[in-house]
Amino acid sequence: MNPLHIVVCGSVVPDPLQTLEPVTTAAGPELKNEMLLPAVLDPWAACSLYEAAHLAQLSSGSRVWLVCLGPKAKVQQAMMSLAQKAAFELVLLDGPAHGFADAHVTAEALAAAIAGLAGLDRTHLLLFGGWESASRGQGVTLQMVGERLGITDQFQGVDRIALGDDGSFEVIERVEGGKHLVSRCDGPPAVLGWATGERGEPRNDPQMGMKNMRVLLPALQKAAPVAVSAEGLKYEGVRVPTQQRQTRIVKDMSPEAIAQELLAWMQ
Amino acid sequence: MSTETVLYLAHPEADGALSRHSLEALAVAQSAAATLGATLVVGLFGADVRAAANAVGACGARRFLAVQGPEFATPRYATDTAAVEALARAAEATVIVGAHTSRLARVAAGAALRLSGCVDTHAGSVTAGADGLAVTRWFYKQRIEGDVRRSQRPWIVLVDPGAAEAYAKTAANVASEIVTVAATNNRTQTVGLREPGAGEQTIRPEAELLFVAGAGWTRRQKDGQPHTEEAERLILDFVRASRASLGSTKSLTDISGEGQAVLHCLSHLNQVGQTGSTPRHAKGLSTCCHGEEPHVVGWRFIRERRAVNLDPNCGWARGKADVLYVADAFAVMRELNRLLAAQ
Repeated sequence: MNPLHIVVCGSVVPDPLQTLEPVTTAAGPELKNEMLLPAVLDPWAACSLYEAAHLAQLSSGSRVWLVCLGPKAKVQQAMMSLAQKAAFELVLLDGPAHGFADAHVTAEALAAAIAGLAGLDRTHLLLFGGWESASRGQGVTLQMVGERLGITDQFQGVDRIALGDDGSFEVIERVEGGKHLVSRCDGPPAVLGWATGERGEPRNDPQMGMKNMRVLLPALQKAAPVAVSAEGLKYEGVRVPTQQRQTRIVKDMSPEAIAQELLAWMQ
Repeated sequence: MSTETVLYLAHPEADGALSRHSLEALAVAQSAAATLGATLVVGLFGADVRAAANAVGACGARRFLAVQGPEFATPRYATDTAAVEALARAAEATVIVGAHTSRLARVAAGAALRLSGCVDTHAGSVTAGADGLAVTRWFYKQRIEGDVRRSQRPWIVLVDPGAAEAYAKTAANVASEIVTVAATNNRTQTVGLREPGAGEQTIRPEAELLFVAGAGWTRRQKDGQPHTEEAERLILDFVRASRASLGSTKSLTDISGEGQAVLHCLSHLNQVGQTGSTPRHAKGLSTCCHGEEPHVVGWRFIRERRAVNLDPNCGWARGKADVLYVADAFAVMRELNRLLAAQ
C-alpha cells in the first residue's frame, strides 16, 4: 500500500456543554468571554483526525498533519488531551476560530499553509476535516481549501474509506434519507469531509501524549499570527433564540391513559 | 430594475422529479427575485432534466438552462461543480439559490470559488428588501442565529428544508437552453446507494413524527436489570406501526458504536443533536432522553413536542416540550403499540 500524506483541517470550538452568548464588537460578532470557555477540537474534525491516524498506521511511511487556525492558547489547551489520542504533526495559524469568522478567508489561509508544508507529496495527499464545524456549521471551508489546492475529487459526510492495494479507495458519504452514497476513486489526491465515521474516540495514551507533545510544543511556539477579516461580509445581528415553552407536566396518569392521549395527539 | 439576476439551481432526483426541498428553494428564489425586481433564471443539471424543467415551467423564469447527460446522472464533485459553474456563467447570475441537498452542499463552495463569488449554506430564510438581500442562518449548531449580508457576487445560498412553502407545481412545457460543460476528470465513479447497517429503514425525513430514543432505554429497570431486547422491540414496533422517523441521542449511539449489546437498530445516522442532525418534523416524541440545551438542538425544528420520562426536571423536556409525561416509557410504549396494532 502506498504511503499516505493526510492533512487534517480542524480547529477548536467551545466545549459543547458551555453556554454561548454572542456579543458585538468593533470587529463584528464574537462569543462573550470566548477566551475563558474551555475548548476542544471540533467534534467532526476530531473524528477525521482519528480516522487519519488509523489509516496512517495501515501503510508505512505515512504522515499525518493537523493544520489548525485558532487562538494559540485555546489550541494548546485542546492539544493536552488530543496528543494522547493520536499521533500527528501540528501546524498552527494563530487567529480567530469563532463561528462568525469568514470561511473564505479561513480557507485561503489554510490552503496557503498546506501548500507550504515541508515534505508533503501532493500525489499522496488526502485532505481530511469535518464535513461541517460545530461553530460556523457551513460545511464549505474544506471544499474551498481543496479547490485552492486543485483537488477535484471531493467527498462530504464521509463515514468510511476502504483503501485498495493499488491506491484506489471506496468511500461512503451520507446522503438524504439515512442512506450512504458509495463511490470509488482512483486514489489521492482527494478531499474527505468526515461525519462521525465509525471509529470511537481513542482512549488516552499518556506515553503517546508525552511523545507527541515534544513535537507539538515547538509547533505551538512557531504559530504565525493570521488576520481573518472578510471584506463584503456584514452581520446585521446575531442572537440566541429565546424559545421557552410552557411545559405541561403530567405526573399521575396511568400508562394506558398516556398512550390513549399520545395516540390521539399523533393522529 | 434591479441589476441582480437570481439563478434557481436544482437537480432532479432519480425519478426525474424535483424534491419538495428543491421546490421550497424555488419559492425562495421566486420571492427574492420578485422583491429585488431581478430576473429569475432556472438552471437544472442531471441525466435528463426535461421533466423537471416542465414541472416548474410556469414559475416566471425568464430563461431555462440545462446541463444534462449521463455523466450528470449521479452526484460527483468534478462533474457537478463544473455544471454549477457553467450554469452560473451562462445565466450571468449574481444570486444563486438552491436547496441544501447533499449533492449541492458538496459542490457549492467549490463552484463559488471558481466563480470568484461567495457562499452561505443552511439558510433558514432569505429576505430581500430595498437594501438588498439578507440571509438568516444558524451558528454553533442551531444555538445562535444571525443575519448576514454580502456585497460580493455571485452569492450562492443553499436553503434548509422548511425555509418556505414549496412551489405549487404548475407545469408548462419549456424549451431549455442546453449549456455545455468542459470535460472534467473522471477519476471518481459512483457505485450507488447503500442502506445502513441492518437494512431496516428507520430514518424517514418525510414522516410526520420524529421518535427520539434516549439512553434511558438501556439503563437498569425496576428489577435491577437492563431490558435492551424488549426496548429494541418496543421501539421498532412503534416506528413500524406509526411510520415515524427514528432518532436517538448522542449517548445512545455512542454506546451502540462501542459494540455493546444494546439497540442494534440505531447507528450514528440516527443521531440528533449537537453532533447529529436537526431534522424537521411536525411532531416529536422523546422517550428516556436526558440532557441540557446543547443536546436538545436535535429537535429545534420540531413543532409539537411531547416527552415521556421518569424525571420531572429533565432538561430535555422541561421548557422544551409542550407536554412531559412522568412515566415509565416501557409501560407507555407497550400500551401505545397495543393501541396501534388494534387499529
